[in-house]
Amino acid sequence: MKSLILSAIAVLLSANIATAEVKEYKIVIKDHLFIPAQTKIPAGQKVKLIIDNQDATPEEFESHDLNREKIISGNSKGIVFVGPLSEGSYKYFGEFNEATAQGVIIAE
Amino acid sequence: MLATSIIIFREILEIAIILSVVMVAAKELEHRNRWVAIGLGAGILGSCLVAFFAQSISNAAEGMGQEFFNAMVLLAAAFVIGMTALWMSKHAKELTAHLRHVSNEVIQGNMPLYSIAIVIALAVLREGAEIVLFTHGMIASGKSISSILAGSAMGFTAGIIVGASMYFGLLKISTKHVFTVTTWLLIFLCAGMAATAAQYLASAGWFESLSYQLWNTSAIISDSSMVGKVLHALFGYTARPLAIQVAFYVVTLITLVVAMKIINYKPTSKTTGAAA
Repeated sequence: MKSLILSAIAVLLSANIATAEVKEYKIVIKDHLFIPAQTKIPAGQKVKLIIDNQDATPEEFESHDLNREKIISGNSKGIVFVGPLSEGSYKYFGEFNEATAQGVIIAE
Repeated sequence: MLATSIIIFREILEIAIILSVVMVAAKELEHRNRWVAIGLGAGILGSCLVAFFAQSISNAAEGMGQEFFNAMVLLAAAFVIGMTALWMSKHAKELTAHLRHVSNEVIQGNMPLYSIAIVIALAVLREGAEIVLFTHGMIASGKSISSILAGSAMGFTAGIIVGASMYFGLLKISTKHVFTVTTWLLIFLCAGMAATAAQYLASAGWFESLSYQLWNTSAIISDSSMVGKVLHALFGYTARPLAIQVAFYVVTLITLVVAMKIINYKPTSKTTGAAA
């Protein structure tokens, strides 16, 4: 019951996301690397990261600094909204390939 | 292999902790193990389904499907855990009497049995889907099956050791207090899940005005540390909580505590021979 109500609200609210104007940044995953490894975004603004996983394997975009966690299947894209952030650098990594998949968002 | 085992361990850890608390809480109920097994089975099956439909889930709701899905699973689990905690607080006396073998009465109500199965299934579902996706990816990328298997086995074993030591540790608590402790653990589990759900909802763009970080204790206990992970699973600890997470946490805690007080207001109505 509770989840039913929630899913209804979810549908209602998800419509709002689409209408909000946010800057988009693309980050590619290739050979278990984030390209570019460094993305500069404006501080104090919500932005949209489009994570394009070009590897055949899934990856989990994870960041303790940004409080984000999202699985992106192989050969597909995932959207992660971040911010508004205060100035500073925020690390993220690919949980499934942590040794190589490292990146940072710089808000300035 | 080591990398694989660490990832598997991380995913298993939360399941193991939830499982151990729930199993101790339900220890005096008949057929507990059957319902635990049903929960595990349903969770594993569900994990495979979720992993299979991962892309469709992800693409739903303007690309925020995964966030909503996780939030809903967590809220559903939190709801059932909360109800179980309330049920336990109401029946603590009967449960304790049972534990002391003072009473042979069957503890009334099947509710906790269904709930433990549901809670376990939901806990497995969320983390299990990640394990399925991860291992499937490893196989797809041509890593040797034996190394994947060995790594997974190591991770599983480590997770089970943590869960088992928690389970037996909790069982050592004196008969008098064990259900009080587990009820409180369930209450904190519930609040922690609600807070994590709030994080996913915030990720999906909800509560924008409350999506700022309230504090940062990552210098003391980081989210990636072992202690941080255990505290996260048990109490919903996070080093950089958003305002909305703290709000969800506090509101859930207060709601449960108040509900518990209301439920148990009538001063000792029906004690079943637990004279001590």
